Formats: sequence, C-alpha cells, structure tokens
Amino acid sequence: MTGPEPLAGRRLPVTVVDYGAGNLVSIEQALVTAGADVRRAATADEIADPALLVVPGVGASAPAMDRLRAGGFVPAILGWIAADRPFLGICLGLQLLFQASDEDGAVTLGVLRGHTARLEGAPTLPHIGWNQVERRFDHPAFAGIAPGADFYFVHSYAGARVDDEVILAETEHGARFTAAVARGNLLGVQFHPERSGTDGLRLIANVVRLAAGAA
Amino acid sequence: MLRRRVIPCLDVANGRVVKGTRFVDLRDEGDPPELAERYAREGADEIVFLDITAAPEGRGTLLEIVERTARRAFIPLTVGGGVRSVDDMRDVLRAGADKVSLNTRAVEDPGLVRRCAARFGSQAVVVAIDARRAPASDGIPSGFEVVVKGGRQAVGLDAVAWATRAVELGAGELLVTSIDRDGTKSGFDTELLRAICGLVPVPVIASGGAAGPEDFVAAIRDGGADAVLAAGIFHRREWTIAAIKAAMAEAGLPVRPAVGVTVLP
Repeated sequence: MTGPEPLAGRRLPVTVVDYGAGNLVSIEQALVTAGADVRRAATADEIADPALLVVPGVGASAPAMDRLRAGGFVPAILGWIAADRPFLGICLGLQLLFQASDEDGAVTLGVLRGHTARLEGAPTLPHIGWNQVERRFDHPAFAGIAPGADFYFVHSYAGARVDDEVILAETEHGARFTAAVARGNLLGVQFHPERSGTDGLRLIANVVRLAAGAA
Repeated sequence: MLRRRVIPCLDVANGRVVKGTRFVDLRDEGDPPELAERYAREGADEIVFLDITAAPEGRGTLLEIVERTARRAFIPLTVGGGVRSVDDMRDVLRAGADKVSLNTRAVEDPGLVRRCAARFGSQAVVVAIDARRAPASDGIPSGFEVVVKGGRQAVGLDAVAWATRAVELGAGELLVTSIDRDGTKSGFDTELLRAICGLVPVPVIASGGAAGPEDFVAAIRDGGADAVLAAGIFHRREWTIAAIKAAMAEAGLPVRPAVGVTVLP
C-alpha cells in the first residue's frame, strides 16, 4: 500500500475516550492491528499523553455530552483540538464537534461550525450499510484507498451547514451529506472505519502513521 | 449509492454454529469467530450472530464468544438471543456488537424496544420478527402471524402490525424471517417482505428460505428488502458470497465488491 511509512517497530500510544457510547472492542482491535498501543480513558485524567486521541460513539448527542462532562472530558478535548494535536472522531465522535444537535437540542463541543441534522430525503432511515465515500480533496488519511470506496455507515443524523473548506468527503443517501471533515491534525468520519474491512483498516493505519509523524 | 447487503447468519447453540430446518434437527457447522472471519474475507457485508439456545433455555448471550467474534471480523456484527434488558444490551455492545437484535422479549415487553433505543439510539436496535402464514382473521388481518421462542409458539399477533409498531417504538432495522421457508430452500417469502417493506421507513433484512442467487435478487427486487440473510448455503459452501453478489450485480442491484478483509501487518 502507499501512504505514510510504517512505524519502525514502535507501538504508538493512542487513547480512546470511553464515555459509555457503544462498542469499543472493534475500534481498539483496529487500532492495535494498525500498530497502536491502546488505552481507554474513562475520565479525562486517564487520557495520559497519547500521540492520537480517538472519540468513537453511537447514539444521541445529549446523553453523550452529559457523559463527556461527567468524565471531565470537555476541556480536555477542547484543549487537545485547539493545540492541533492528532484527533480522530468517529460517527457520534464527529457529530459532537459541531455546535449543536437538531436531534435533541444538545449544545455540543462547537469545535467546527455546523449542526447535526437529520438526513434529508433519505429513502430509508436509519442509513445502515455500505456506501460510497467521495473525496473532495486529497488527504493522507485516504492514501491507498480508491476514490468512491465503500465504507460502513449506521446513523440517522449527520453534519449540516458545515464550513465548505473542512468537508473532506461526501456521501449520497437521498441527498449528499458530510461523510468526513479534516482541519489540520483533526479528522472526523461519519462512517465506521473499524467496521469497513480492508479500506477501513487502511484508513486507521494511515491515521496512526500520520499521528506518529506529528508526534 | 447505498449497497444491498449480503449477510451470513451464525446460529449459535452452546458456543457452536449450528443449522437445522425450522429451528429443529440442529447440526454442527463450526466455530463462530472462525466462520465470521472467513465470511468477512469472502466479502460479507455484515455478520448476524444469533444465540438460538438463549431464549428457550433462559441463558444469557455468550459474551466471551461475541467478543472473540467481534475482534476477528472487521465488519459489523449484530447479536441476538437472550437480551432481556437495557443492561443486557449494554453488555452485548460492550463485548463488541454494533447492533443488538430483540425478538421474543420485545414481543413480551414492547417497552424494551423503546428503552433500548432511547439509551443506545435506534440505529443499534434491530427487532427480529419470526412470521408464518395463518388464515387471515380479525386478529391476523395480514395473514402473517408472529411466532416466538425460536419459532415454536404463536402469540396471536399480526406480523405486519407488529413490524410497524416496533418501528414506532424505536427499532432502527427489522430482521424478518419466514418460519415457513426457513431451511426449506424454497426461496424467501416475498409477499411477507413486501407487506412489511411497503409500510416502514427502516431497512429490512430478509431471512428464511435462501437456495441460490435468484432468491437474493427476488427478496430485494420483488420483496423490497435492503439486505438478505442466509446461513446453511454459506456454511455448507453451496454458494460463495462472491457468486451471490455477482448475480445481484448482474440483476442491476448495487453491491459492494466482494473483496475480503486483509489484515494489515
């Protein structure tokens, strides 16, 4: 595969934020497969000093924000992103970066301009299954991944009114929606790379290697 | 474009994958994690893992096997069987499942669907409906009735009415099995599928009766299903996932190319 150089034997420290929002086994396994040394943080104190911070998650925004606050994560995540340290948000972990959620009115982290809105015009909802991710510009996280490759989605909401320059990729389900955002060392994906077979593992490996380069 | 999914099902009893006809005469088909990994490599879009001994015998889901399976399949995993509470669902998700399927317990306690969806989101809640044909009546106007306990017991509930109710309660996906067709290789019950798919906005997975590729095409084209599930024809290697997908593509259905998971170094 093309892309960043492999890690030379060193396992990269990665912290996954554990705020009770779903399946951590698969993201951990994918990160380990990509050469990471993974720890879970149930509170902000446990984040330690990783090279990459990952916020996964599925579900609704309001309970997720409650649990992030209870764990003391909000200032830690805001500070991490403000310092442009390597960050990966997956599904709800991307949606929480926007300003608010139309689903339950939750005020979210506000790192990126935009709202989490219900998918418009969708023939089926939730949007569940493999769909094509169309990149709008080159990004090293997608090195070695064909244009329009399929990734696995499971969601009813996605970013809307997002700043054009941060939209890395879009996907169509009734209408086009934001499938990935990128800004500096921040990457957010609406799909689940940890459940997207070979291309998903490749994306995670790319993200880990980019974080190694940034560390 | 959203792909139509091909989903191998692992019916698990006492920690082994089994397959019988109409939920009886079970025979051993292998180890769940091994089979899941094989199917992921062969291009499966998702794995469904049903602990079929859990409901009748009152056992919990086999969390350890779920976790081993989740760690080896880098594709989505839906787990059903023995989930009786929000806490059960939490445990199954934490073991590595992406979605949880509710069946008998959802019929007995429909509020469970609502509570699970409120806690984990509709996208994680699959309601599995086992249905069979019955004379149309006031109680069963659609002519399809719900059966529970692994297909053994009718509950006097109309399958189509239950499908719409389950979605109102928060189900994000339905897994619709024809008990009449299950294991018989006589094709999916496309009338049952059409009756349900026409009424609900959520994706519907067709199950029960697959013999070959034309059945998968019919479940989607004639039945309106979003995904198609089968077990025995894959376990016994009568058909590969690639061959099924090739036939679906030939019929003009959008499918993800059947390229497997290559675990990176």
